[in-house]
Amino acid sequence: MITGTPKPIEEILQMLEPYDNIVLAGCFGCVTVCRVGGEKEVEVLASTLRLAREASGKKITIKEVCLERQCDPEYIETMRPYVEDYQAVLSIACGAGIQFLAEKFTTTPLLPGINTGFLGVTERQGEWAERCQGCGDCVLHLTGGICPVTRCAKSLFHGPCGGSAKGICEVDKSVPCGWQLIIDRLKALNQMDNYCKLKPYKGWNSSRDGGPRRIVREDMI
Amino acid sequence: MKSGSNLEKVLAAGHFSVTAECGPPRGADPDVVRKKAALVKGNVDACNVTDNQTSVVRMSSTAGCVLIKEVGIEPLLQMVVRDRNRIALQSDLLGASALGIRNLLCLSGDHQKFGDDPQAKNVFDIDSMQLIHMVKTMRDEGIFPSGKKLEGAPQFFIGCAVNPFADPFEIRVPRLKLKVMAGADFVQTQCIYNMDKFKTYMDLAKKEGLHEKVKILAGVTPLKSAGMAKFMKKMVAGMDIPDAVIKRIADEPKEKQAQKGIEMCIEQIQELKEMEGIAGIHVMAIEWEEKLNEIIGGAGLLPRPIVE
Repeated sequence: MITGTPKPIEEILQMLEPYDNIVLAGCFGCVTVCRVGGEKEVEVLASTLRLAREASGKKITIKEVCLERQCDPEYIETMRPYVEDYQAVLSIACGAGIQFLAEKFTTTPLLPGINTGFLGVTERQGEWAERCQGCGDCVLHLTGGICPVTRCAKSLFHGPCGGSAKGICEVDKSVPCGWQLIIDRLKALNQMDNYCKLKPYKGWNSSRDGGPRRIVREDMI
Repeated sequence: MKSGSNLEKVLAAGHFSVTAECGPPRGADPDVVRKKAALVKGNVDACNVTDNQTSVVRMSSTAGCVLIKEVGIEPLLQMVVRDRNRIALQSDLLGASALGIRNLLCLSGDHQKFGDDPQAKNVFDIDSMQLIHMVKTMRDEGIFPSGKKLEGAPQFFIGCAVNPFADPFEIRVPRLKLKVMAGADFVQTQCIYNMDKFKTYMDLAKKEGLHEKVKILAGVTPLKSAGMAKFMKKMVAGMDIPDAVIKRIADEPKEKQAQKGIEMCIEQIQELKEMEGIAGIHVMAIEWEEKLNEIIGGAGLLPRPIVE
């Protein structure tokens, strides 16, 4: 899923400074699962903002809404009948959702209420970790199902570097060395021959470096 | 001759080679480099110039190389893949070769987290293994990795670094083998203090015949004090300093520890000199260049041979 973290309330209040009636839009997709931008978070954030604004003597009207998904046009359209009645939309969906709203409602300012994180997994309740950078050219079959691009702090294809000690990456004591994980797994799978091969230079053009990406499925159009 | 560098010639003639390193200053003053160079000159076959080590911004390695070359020292350019994509790497390689730099050390580079600019974006477009391959392709095939022809191939004696003490140990020699496959002509090791573990590493490397395919230069760093040893052991990832080594220097009174460190370093070089498969020594006297002459001379490695 796409993960995220709430923006500090002070930062949101600062963004809302010029406005006194807004829509606060959540999303039932990934951000609901990682508990940062779902229906419940909309409710809590709206109350917090109302209270804070009341305390500062500058009341704010907030329309609360949670879309099925902010990344699909048909759900966004459900907002169209009323969006122009408000001065701004504060979205707590991921960056993709926020931008899609901005694209569809061209005369309304869109404000981000969360910082979008990464493509990750729930390691345990309340803890998420990155697993994929969406580089567009998956090599997991060669690396024991562990991604060198994401799990190695340097995205090395021939790791580990000298900064790996006792299975831990030098960048942070809480980060396992991705290449130690890969090697352990390759050994367990009896696939160490994969380690002992030179890998070609990665083509980053299938990643973000090729510019904003697009997938077109002719069979679905 | 692949590059015609002095280091390559000395090694090809069968001499036990000596390299050292020179860290460029955190500023634009060339005299800092010249002063260090004066202490290195005459003691080495080539001198590494580091490339923003520990991710702390310093004068560029290429500029440092040119400055030491001007005073008559053969430079060895360190190049990390942290800060340059393949376009910049290729361009800088061409420029360095054009300036007469003939030795290269291909490195990944410390993570930017450790420097003054932890918020910097890192590059790692290719890794150090692939950099070795890239330079070899350019040198030996006269083409860019893209396949386009070069107007004049860069000439480099291609080096890489290995850390025999990093984890996991079992891939250390396979990793050296990969670097040899990629095209490394020589390797400089991380500072060695644990001689027993290094011997085990060398035995495994020799079993693979790697000592015959690549020149192995053993890295040493003289300890200035017991405090320095303890600090390095604790703070530097992949640094293996046995307690016995620390005890030996710690047993000396403080004012005699530096001298003891030098004595231990000389002993170690002499032991490494006798070890099969070791082609030379790489002395990393960190901010202690003034002791290079004493250490290298003390190990019986002066004067340096002149090979035509």
